[in-house]
Amino acid sequence: MSDLSGPSSGKHDFESALADSDTSIAAFESHQKSFFDRLQHFLHGNPTMVPVIVLAGSVIAFGFIAGENFFSAFNLSLIMQQVSIIGILAAAQSLVILTAGIDLSVGAIMVLMSVVIGNLAVKLGVPAPFAILVGFAGGAAAGYLNGTFVTRVRLPPFIVTLGTWNIFFALTLWLSGAQSIRSQDIDATAPLLKFFGDSFRVGGAQFTYGSILMVVIFAVLWYLLNRTPWGRHVYAVGDDKEAAELSGIRTDRVLLSVYALAGLVCGIAAWAAIGRVGSVSPQSFQEANLQSITAVVIGGISLFGGRGSIVGPLVGALIVGVFNSGLRLAGVDVLWQVFAIGWLTIIAVALDQWIRKLSS
Amino acid sequence: MAAAVLAASQASAADVGACLITKTDINPFFVKMKEGASAKADELGIDLSTYAGKVDGDHETQVQAIETCIASGAKGILLTASDTKAIVPVVKKARDAGLLVIALDTPLDPIDAADATFATDNFKAGELIGQWAAATLGDGAKDAKIGFLDLTPSQPTVDVLRDQGFMTGFGIDTKDVNRIGDEDDPRIAGHDVTNGNEEGGRKAMENLLQREPGINVVYTINEPAAAGAYEALKSFGKEGDVLIVSVDGGCPGVQNVKEGVIGATSQQYPLLMASLGIEAIKAFAESGKVPEPTPGLNFFNTGVTLITDKPVEGVDSIGSAEGLEKCWG
Repeated sequence: MSDLSGPSSGKHDFESALADSDTSIAAFESHQKSFFDRLQHFLHGNPTMVPVIVLAGSVIAFGFIAGENFFSAFNLSLIMQQVSIIGILAAAQSLVILTAGIDLSVGAIMVLMSVVIGNLAVKLGVPAPFAILVGFAGGAAAGYLNGTFVTRVRLPPFIVTLGTWNIFFALTLWLSGAQSIRSQDIDATAPLLKFFGDSFRVGGAQFTYGSILMVVIFAVLWYLLNRTPWGRHVYAVGDDKEAAELSGIRTDRVLLSVYALAGLVCGIAAWAAIGRVGSVSPQSFQEANLQSITAVVIGGISLFGGRGSIVGPLVGALIVGVFNSGLRLAGVDVLWQVFAIGWLTIIAVALDQWIRKLSS
Repeated sequence: MAAAVLAASQASAADVGACLITKTDINPFFVKMKEGASAKADELGIDLSTYAGKVDGDHETQVQAIETCIASGAKGILLTASDTKAIVPVVKKARDAGLLVIALDTPLDPIDAADATFATDNFKAGELIGQWAAATLGDGAKDAKIGFLDLTPSQPTVDVLRDQGFMTGFGIDTKDVNRIGDEDDPRIAGHDVTNGNEEGGRKAMENLLQREPGINVVYTINEPAAAGAYEALKSFGKEGDVLIVSVDGGCPGVQNVKEGVIGATSQQYPLLMASLGIEAIKAFAESGKVPEPTPGLNFFNTGVTLITDKPVEGVDSIGSAEGLEKCWG
């Protein structure tokens, strides 16, 4: 353009009218620089930071409210133990929710598989490692069944998993006779089943292998979702299934793999749950599916799919654990804890929406 | 919520029909109740249908079950209500239609909303373990630190009766005997809820120990909660210095008494409750006779027995060996 510039000023005459106007280049930057806007902008760029900030804030707040009882290495590690099973289920749940689905059967798959593992190892005397592998395989198969109904029969995930939740629940009753397998009986026949209940100490903290397992599962899933083509496909399918289909992703196969993997994670959770509870208990974790969804939502993963980091639900599960522990140690009645978790869920999502209003 | 309504196989072509409606099919206590009712119905030639809620607190399913039962022309209903107040109108509908309604295990609110109630004296069950714990501690009872592992935040009657019964037996002023948590005895380290299962028992025990590490007595609503509490105590390295007491008398629980996990438990008899209930329906069908309550109580007491291997002066009990012969589940 320079060789066409005008004779005198280097500007065309008609451009002189623009002399007073804004010359900055189009940019995705916040123009108003109030503290809140900057905060909003930062959080928009780092969506995982919202739950992390909430977690840090609630730990500090309860440290003041409930004091030493709460804010000790031992108690903080205890919270990790307490949320480990719901946390692992939240990891499974996240996979499905990232694809814009929902899995109401995660808790039921887990309890069913813990009964399967317990029956094989304790009642039938099958070697424990084999029983555990059957539990993993059974979990994956249960997830695959969910995925088949979603992809082949084209039913909404909510309906499918509502159905399988009942189916797995009934099978659990049938296999267990609604009876727990006692802790002492597991110790006598298959102590490996309780491996994830074992712990080691670091200073004042006491970590169970179960809480380490939770972190490892999240790390592995983070790698799969962020560093592999499969992970890209999962996000793409969740964001816009048709577009993903048109760009050559075999969406049904991706969905099937997601449900099966989620089921496998539930199978692993089944082994960990035996360690956490100490017995094989068909009556425990009746609300685990909803608790896992709560952790995912508080962790900032969008229920509409395709958006959010897998790390969020880990933080979400910890936030719920911190609230439960903190409120309890502060002497708050249980019903107000339930009340608080309800508000927490709504506020977390509202916060998330507010941050994303930036783009408007 | 999809309802898990399970209708039993038709026993015979008898003309007397009865329905058993339990809270859930998952609790061994109700499973046992169903077995007791089925066996007695077979014996007496009663046509029994059974229904259960999906989970504890599944009130809707129970309402539907009662309506189905009225429509089926049955003579009587045995009911363990999930929601003791809300079920009353539909129970009235059944009684108006000429059915005998017997509450099993869980009294309705008000108790006379049913024709009769066959239940464990849950207050007595709590009282026995309270007396046993106080006598076992001896002089230590006055500086005891007690953790209470209750059922749910909504404090159903069974929850309140056992908890307040324990306090009474132990010598704690219960204030309002219909409420958990209004007491001010310094020996109470705290209350928490367990949902009556192992996982809840463990978490609740952990939380109470965080609040009060010196707890040396633990009252539990039932034996699965007690088993969970024991796991928590083990992980804190305190299983040796804490006394756990419970209520139920299921076989795994009595086994835990035998192995020293639970110090004492109050055994109840669900099989008996159910079989007496079936007999009452048969008698009602034949002669219109309505069962009478136990003298001095407003329900028919099906009995409760303390089970412990460390008996104390002044509290009647049987050993775990005998308890295992009478246990359910």
